[in-house]
Amino acid sequence: MTTRLLTGWGRTAPSLATVVAPRGEAEVREAVAAAGRRGAIARGLGRSYGAAAQNGGGLVLELADDDGAVELDPATGTVTVAAGVSLDALLRRIVPAGWFVPVTPGTRAVTVGGAVAADIHGKNHHVDGAFATHVSSMTLLLADGTVVETGPARDPDLFWATCGGMGLTGIVLAVTLRLLPVATSRVAVTTERTTDLEDLCARMTDGDAGYRYSVAWVDLLARGRHLGRGVLTRGDHAVPDDLGRREAAEPLAYDPTVRLAAPAVVPRHLLNPATVGAFNTAWYERAPRGPRRTIETIPAFFHPLDAIGHWNRLYGRGGLVQYQFVVPLGAEAVLRGVVERLAGDRCPSFLAVLKRFGAGDRGPLSFPMPGWTLALDVAADRAGLAGLFGELDRLVLDAGGRHYLAKDAHLHPSAVAAGYPRLDEWREVRRRVDPQGRWCSDLARRLRLVP
Amino acid sequence: MENAFGDPQTILLLGATSELGQAIVARFVTPSLTTVVLAGRRPEDAAPFAATLRAGGLGVETVAFDAVDHAHHGALVDDVWARHGDIDLVVMAFGVLGDPSTYDRDPVAAAEVVDVNMTGGVSAGVALARHLREQGHGRLVVLSSVAGERVRKGNAVYGAAKAGLDAFAQALADALAPAGVAVTIVRPGFVATKMTAGLRPAPFATTVDAVADATLVAVRKGRRIVWVPAVLRPVFVVLRHLPTPIWRRLAL
Repeated sequence: MTTRLLTGWGRTAPSLATVVAPRGEAEVREAVAAAGRRGAIARGLGRSYGAAAQNGGGLVLELADDDGAVELDPATGTVTVAAGVSLDALLRRIVPAGWFVPVTPGTRAVTVGGAVAADIHGKNHHVDGAFATHVSSMTLLLADGTVVETGPARDPDLFWATCGGMGLTGIVLAVTLRLLPVATSRVAVTTERTTDLEDLCARMTDGDAGYRYSVAWVDLLARGRHLGRGVLTRGDHAVPDDLGRREAAEPLAYDPTVRLAAPAVVPRHLLNPATVGAFNTAWYERAPRGPRRTIETIPAFFHPLDAIGHWNRLYGRGGLVQYQFVVPLGAEAVLRGVVERLAGDRCPSFLAVLKRFGAGDRGPLSFPMPGWTLALDVAADRAGLAGLFGELDRLVLDAGGRHYLAKDAHLHPSAVAAGYPRLDEWREVRRRVDPQGRWCSDLARRLRLVP
Repeated sequence: MENAFGDPQTILLLGATSELGQAIVARFVTPSLTTVVLAGRRPEDAAPFAATLRAGGLGVETVAFDAVDHAHHGALVDDVWARHGDIDLVVMAFGVLGDPSTYDRDPVAAAEVVDVNMTGGVSAGVALARHLREQGHGRLVVLSSVAGERVRKGNAVYGAAKAGLDAFAQALADALAPAGVAVTIVRPGFVATKMTAGLRPAPFATTVDAVADATLVAVRKGRRIVWVPAVLRPVFVVLRHLPTPIWRRLAL
């Protein structure tokens, strides 16, 4: 047991917590029982950008553990995996056997438990939905120390409150997940650049259904007739015929080694409108005008965030904030308004991505809904950012949209109530399974998710 | 809990009628802020400020706090935390200047100045520190003064009390830093307020707004000590090291 200052991936708003790393159900139960009045929260690999996995003055259970059990059942195409196992470890295990995770975010460095808690989404959301859609059951440690099995057909209220519930209903111990069979470890990718936001939205609306994966990078510094120009990448798992002779010899070879890491100290304001603008222009110009098909590896296509270790350090000591929202289909004008506002503000963001979501999950706090989701990151100490985000929040909420809690580091409690109309339904489940309020996080306190 | 920009949701002001304290609180009014607790000897005198804050949609509460009622500080602070949960920002702004011309005849008046400025700061500070440490985050602003940096003969009691408070606050900053709590000590020069009304402004006099602006920046950047105006820092480096014969001859 030790005390440590913790932050999320954005490295903002630190708080001090007692940190323990229990292993196995008995140890976890014992640690939770010892939690004081400020409660406990599970922490995986700390990739939530804000304060979802920190608990000032309370207990934080560090549960990431790549040595956790992974039981692959090829007959049913499912895997039962300990919640502390990362998607990275899971992929290393299952890809060579011809399987892929049903949903992966832009990084492999998330735990399975965290994936459930945030009900993460990926580039295939328009086809496959979010993570919880593919969970057939999970083992959950409740506040009173009991361990229950829950799933879409077994106490579904608890199951769906847990998927997207940010760890505030219990601690996920293990998850049974339906996998996707793949014939190769490569992806056949079609890349094209788009002239502006309308062009981008039109191409996604018309063409996304033809691909399992689709996402667009957006140049948020481009203005005028280039407003919202981007690079659209879409793809499907490659089949052996797609591979060259050398690659076809080992179609399921998988090596996600990360070779680069950001230095511990970077110059202040390394990422400014000039450097990001130059990067954006180069990135845009590099992309083909018309559709071009290439074969890429899983890390190159799915996990660009993992190409540089500790990339969050690039934003310097002030840290970074992510802003991710979704607005319903039909609210393209609002999306355009947001992009105009960001471009007008010269807000330097080089990881801005746009995705067209499909149907949402059933979780009352699950983020995705049919619509347009834009994610971007900015240095947290940029002047006027709170005001800018406040304006964007109103645009998003007025359009019937909402914000992603796993990314949030700034929202007002009322923005959650407005964006998640089923919040009270979630609170009802929480009252049932955690009447004493044992689960708590800094995020939950700030957003008043819990009493 | 503060958001990523360091905007507090809850603020406690000790010294509810302090002009500096109110101006500092006003600087931290953002859309994130929900609650302000104003604690002072005569809470009713803080009513106009409370009304201004309420008009902005904030929940405002006024409570009675007397800096010399040391026995009451622990319970008062406990009560604020019990009713409002985490307090993200505490501003300690209470203080009295005293009238040195009366001390010869009334030594108790001198002791009272120390009692309010220093002893009150210590008993309140200790009570605050416990809660801030227990919540594992938050910021504490302590209004000190350049008067404590090298205490002048003309303002010995106030200067000594602020010197004591300043020293205590520095140690508090060191003690709380590992707990994720940042303490910012504000050392203004002469500030034109109702407390200093009628006094002749000292060199490098400053304003309430300047002090509040500098405090906002210092808290946001996590600075431990802020001088207002900034030039007072080098000025006091010199004054502090003046040989005694010269220091005594200065008309301070």
